[in-house]
Amino acid sequence: MKAIIATTVLGVFMMFAGIAVSNKKSIVALAILLFAALFGVTIYELMDTPANSSQLLFNNMLQIDHSSLWFNMLMTGCTLLYVALLGKEIMKVGLHVAEYFALIFFILCGLFILTTYNNLLMLFIGIEILSIPQYILAGSDKRNLKSSEASLKYFLMGAFSTGILLMGITLLYGASSTFYIDKFGSILHYDNINPLAIAGIVFIMIALSFKVSAAPMHMWTPDVYDGSPTAFTAFMATVVKAGAFFAFLRLFHVSFNSLGQHWTLLLAIITAATLFVGNVTAVFQQSVKRMLAYSSIAQAGFMLFAILSVNSADAAYGMRGIIFYGVAYSVATIGIFSVLIKLKDYTYDGFNGLAKSEPFLAFVSSIFLFSLAGIPLTGGFMAKFYVLTAVVHQGQLMWLVIFALLMAAISVYYYFRVIIAMYFKPGTPELNSPITTGDRIMLAITCALVLLLGIYPQLFLESLGK
Amino acid sequence: MFLILLIIIPLLTGILSFAIKGEGARILALLSSCATLAVAALVSGAGFSGSSTFTMPWIPSIGATFSLLADSMSSMLCLLTGIVVLVVFLVNSNKEVERPGAFYGFMLLSQAGLMGVFLASDALLFYVFWELALIPVYFLCSQWGGEKRIAVTFKFFVYTFVGSLMLLAGLIFLSQQTNGLPSFAWADIVHAGRSLPELTQHWLFWLMFIAFAIKMPIFPFHSWQPDTYEQSPTPVTIILSALMVKMGMYAVLRWLLPVVPEGVAYWSDTVIIMSVIGIVYASCIAMVQTDIKRLIAYSSIAHMGLMCAVAFTKSSIGMHGIMVQMFNHGINITGMWVVVSMIENRWGTRDMTKLGGMAITAPKMAIAFVLVSLASIALPLTNGFIGEFMLFNGLFSSHMVLMVIAGTGIILGAVYTLNMIQKTTYGNAVKMIVAKDLSINELVGLVIIICLVLFLGVYPKPLLDLTSGIAGMIVK
Repeated sequence: MKAIIATTVLGVFMMFAGIAVSNKKSIVALAILLFAALFGVTIYELMDTPANSSQLLFNNMLQIDHSSLWFNMLMTGCTLLYVALLGKEIMKVGLHVAEYFALIFFILCGLFILTTYNNLLMLFIGIEILSIPQYILAGSDKRNLKSSEASLKYFLMGAFSTGILLMGITLLYGASSTFYIDKFGSILHYDNINPLAIAGIVFIMIALSFKVSAAPMHMWTPDVYDGSPTAFTAFMATVVKAGAFFAFLRLFHVSFNSLGQHWTLLLAIITAATLFVGNVTAVFQQSVKRMLAYSSIAQAGFMLFAILSVNSADAAYGMRGIIFYGVAYSVATIGIFSVLIKLKDYTYDGFNGLAKSEPFLAFVSSIFLFSLAGIPLTGGFMAKFYVLTAVVHQGQLMWLVIFALLMAAISVYYYFRVIIAMYFKPGTPELNSPITTGDRIMLAITCALVLLLGIYPQLFLESLGK
Repeated sequence: MFLILLIIIPLLTGILSFAIKGEGARILALLSSCATLAVAALVSGAGFSGSSTFTMPWIPSIGATFSLLADSMSSMLCLLTGIVVLVVFLVNSNKEVERPGAFYGFMLLSQAGLMGVFLASDALLFYVFWELALIPVYFLCSQWGGEKRIAVTFKFFVYTFVGSLMLLAGLIFLSQQTNGLPSFAWADIVHAGRSLPELTQHWLFWLMFIAFAIKMPIFPFHSWQPDTYEQSPTPVTIILSALMVKMGMYAVLRWLLPVVPEGVAYWSDTVIIMSVIGIVYASCIAMVQTDIKRLIAYSSIAHMGLMCAVAFTKSSIGMHGIMVQMFNHGINITGMWVVVSMIENRWGTRDMTKLGGMAITAPKMAIAFVLVSLASIALPLTNGFIGEFMLFNGLFSSHMVLMVIAGTGIILGAVYTLNMIQKTTYGNAVKMIVAKDLSINELVGLVIIICLVLFLGVYPKPLLDLTSGIAGMIVK
């Protein structure tokens, strides 16, 4: 609640600061400061709320509980990390620097609503607030045709999926005459269910799958991620995606977990397709940026596991999985994007010989890639571990777990191609700008976070408990 | 408390080594391996009286703890790791490597991983170390290896990684089968596994066995091995063949046989047949190799095949034989690789048709080579004999026909090993590029190996005593 207000106020403040402050560097510094302040607010709000309590607001439209606040805090932390790492690059995208940061604040506002909604209308509003600033960010490099294409494509496809979401909500309302997600459980019964409700659930699932780029609703992802300015791709592929996943999980956990048998198989097929398409297509990419776009689809496949697990008795597993996966994946991906953006050439060959010319950069990228590939002692391993444990605990989808692990083995191929290029191939990569000490410190912090997530995951799940 | 030192010493010195430029890394590595060996000796000394443990909380919410256990099998393997790594560093201490800091750093990190695998008594911890031992080896092979190194090492990595992931799925599944809270502790995993229905145990068996079979390697999962051994720099080949294959064997004994007994009972004949095919197949291929490195690689497949076959017979003398043979195979093959790397260094080739006359040009090296080769074909009074004897004894009682077939492996082993000795050691003397017999550090390294070969060949009692209790733990 405090965070929602704070991010809106800070966003508006940021927008006006663009008029008052003309120096781009000061705007970036101001933005980092404001994101740190927002991070402070989310921490304060978390501390202020006793564990295991939940609070209903605005005529029960929002329900704030501890895991949402914990997730908000972690995602704001990731955003702060993102702005600190890539602030300088955001500055180079275009003229209206302050507005970009303002848009990121608004995206966070949408994310905060998505983590606390208790009503399908709030879900809808949250998704719109989350999406519309992204359409603008995708097209912010106006002179670049690909950027405009990305924006238009994202907008058209986004609008289409929003339509499907609304349709789903309407059908559900028709079947249950309520919008409140905590009511569905008692109104819809497994053995005596209105077909309209099932249609509604499927429509909502498809719309949300679109938002998290799950196959076969993933077609927009590679073009949008590839076309958007790299600085914004890093944000869209990480924090935003994790937020959408949290909303997805929240709905299926609170409303539809007792109806599991009606949707689990469909979602399992979507998951398998996502894993397959993401991993296999990523193998054939020549550009690392596009590879990362497909890898984000593949990672989404793993996050879907958490949602599959919510129809089990203990939904804390899925909740823990999505929170941990969201953070571990975001930190590593933001890290690898902030290395990628320093290079002139985005192909694999662009990385050739990086270990010789910039050993530090090569080392941290290896750690980020290890994490994405899920090698132990990095956050990515624990994240995969948590979501897989959740599904194994649920107990019916062992075939999918084994399939996912085979796909994870494929992912080693394309992640390690970058490492092979950096360490074992000759060449001198061209950098856009020299690496400053500030960059090094920020990258070292990110790298330390990835390792900390892998070695002592307990720290990031402390208050969630069992 | 000492147990954690076995992991911490190589881990910290390994990380430190990356920061050191030039000669310092080599000395640091030597000192570190001496210290680790001392601790390992202390731990295995304590193993006589009882097991030592070390426990610390790690991730309570999923039931994982940082717990180490050194019973006699673990401490024996830690001792082996300590000895082998020290010998590797000793014989390499006068050789130039590119970027020594990173090279020795990775070597020490993989030692830390190996120690962790042998000591972990928590399944998740075991898995983490299992991978941790692999990653440094990947970098070592890809950076310091032969011409085709990148493709070969990549194949090796993907191959073992697929296996590891299957293992992970199996372990997660087992950890969820405990009544109440999930737990990764060894005792809980064993309990959970044993209480599973038979059909579940069947597929769970393969999920876990494939990972171990790839590591050992067992036919038909061996195809990565000869290429990788050939392309790796020799110190890494030693780590791979003397220690990493033991990871696979150890894991079968610790994490497979006691955990899914019904699955094991059902599939053991299949595995034994696979292993015996591997013995004969690898021995036949070894006979036609001209590259010494590839020859030894195939001979290693045959040796591991025999151990794996016996592991599935449930014979307690066989189990005891595996313990003895794991140690002895590690020592012998280290000796073989050390001499091979010297041959390559002195003559510039590993092709045995282009070698000859070592007995004249480098007599000390020739003596060492003949001795370790004889131990490798299990001649009586060398350490190889006692282990192999016990293994065949174990196999005989339950699978006589297969034992006879596997026994041809011994004959074939003698054929290719003696052939190799004849071609390299006797005949016309080929001129050396670097005309030098053993240097002092190489001499010390080989003397350690040969002393162990002869001592344990004549008086194997200390090794037999150390590992005597273990069979009972596995075949309950």
